[in-house]
Amino acid sequence: MDSNRRDFLKLAGLTAVAGVAIPSAFGSLLKGEAMASGGPEPVAKTTGKRYGMVIDVKKFAENPGLAEKCINACHTNHNVPDFGNKKDEIKWIWVDSYEHVFPADSQYKRPDNLYKLPILTLCNHCDNPPCVRACPTKATFRKKDGIVGMDYHRCIGCRFCMAACPYGARSFNWRDPRGKDANGRPFIKAENPQYPTRMRGVVEKCNFCTERLAIGKIPACVEAAAEAKGLIFGDMNDPNAEISQVLKTTYTIQRNPALGTHPSLFYII
Amino acid sequence: MYGKQRIIPALILFVGVMTYPIWSSSSDAAKAPKPEKPKDYKECVAPAQFMRTTHMKLLNDWRDDILREGGSRTGHTADGTEFVRSLQNGCMKCHSNKKKFCDVCHTYTSVKPYCWDCHLQPKEAM
Repeated sequence: MDSNRRDFLKLAGLTAVAGVAIPSAFGSLLKGEAMASGGPEPVAKTTGKRYGMVIDVKKFAENPGLAEKCINACHTNHNVPDFGNKKDEIKWIWVDSYEHVFPADSQYKRPDNLYKLPILTLCNHCDNPPCVRACPTKATFRKKDGIVGMDYHRCIGCRFCMAACPYGARSFNWRDPRGKDANGRPFIKAENPQYPTRMRGVVEKCNFCTERLAIGKIPACVEAAAEAKGLIFGDMNDPNAEISQVLKTTYTIQRNPALGTHPSLFYII
Repeated sequence: MYGKQRIIPALILFVGVMTYPIWSSSSDAAKAPKPEKPKDYKECVAPAQFMRTTHMKLLNDWRDDILREGGSRTGHTADGTEFVRSLQNGCMKCHSNKKKFCDVCHTYTSVKPYCWDCHLQPKEAM
């Protein structure tokens, strides 16, 4: 057999590559370490805090104006601007119809009054939040207590999170929230000096009143609906909390649970 | 030297013009800024020299700790006074005049922080 230096080097190189690659490939495949993309779906934690909310839609139907009261409490507390048109609208908490809040649920042969219900909705503070995965700057993140928070300093306004959120809970500041409309009326009617505003070009959303929870208060919307008991807020991992009792004894539904986002909002319809 | 009648006076004039900012006392460019300190409070959250050089990092650390890690919203000064770890609700409580405190140095050093694009400054100082 003819053999020269070139062929020998080729063979030696191939042998070296095969010697390293084959055992490591077999090693990880046989042991089952190599995962298909994504791996197992994260499951809601049962230890530690996880804040959640039950929205009793019946109470909102019985008390007209209650939902507006909640929205007002939230938006004045957090300096949420009102740009006066649907296109630029900023909403942390809002009211929508059944078919829009639960589009994945069957709309076939449902009672007529279902579609008249004022369904309050806000950020779901998902256990597996798609917005957090989409954010390229880690401006949005999931805290240990289950709250999906935002750091507006880091937001670059790419709006990937808005595309990722299946619940439409995020709004983009197309205009300067500190500005004024054509009639000289400021977009933020009365500034809350305790809380910052946002600037043009950032996304914003509900923060479950993390700044109020830190000083022992309940969220502003829950406080506004306290008298009518429309909203029940608490730590879902605490078996003695009111919310845990309600969830254990009442049938509730979540917004599009099939997506695997594990929302922290539950509805009593 | 060839042409010294013109070169020597021109050199003296040149050196004079170039060193004018150094020997002239009329310019206030060399004066260090004097931010107005709060009258009712003696002690800051950290020593003055640290605050002078590192306040921006301190604010970032507070923000990341509170927002992401759920850190405490309050802290204690060396003599035990409680303060709120917040620019808007903490710092500005004592340093209530942004124009006479923040802006004095920031203007001098031509620094343009974007704090006030979102955070609200105390009303009475605006």
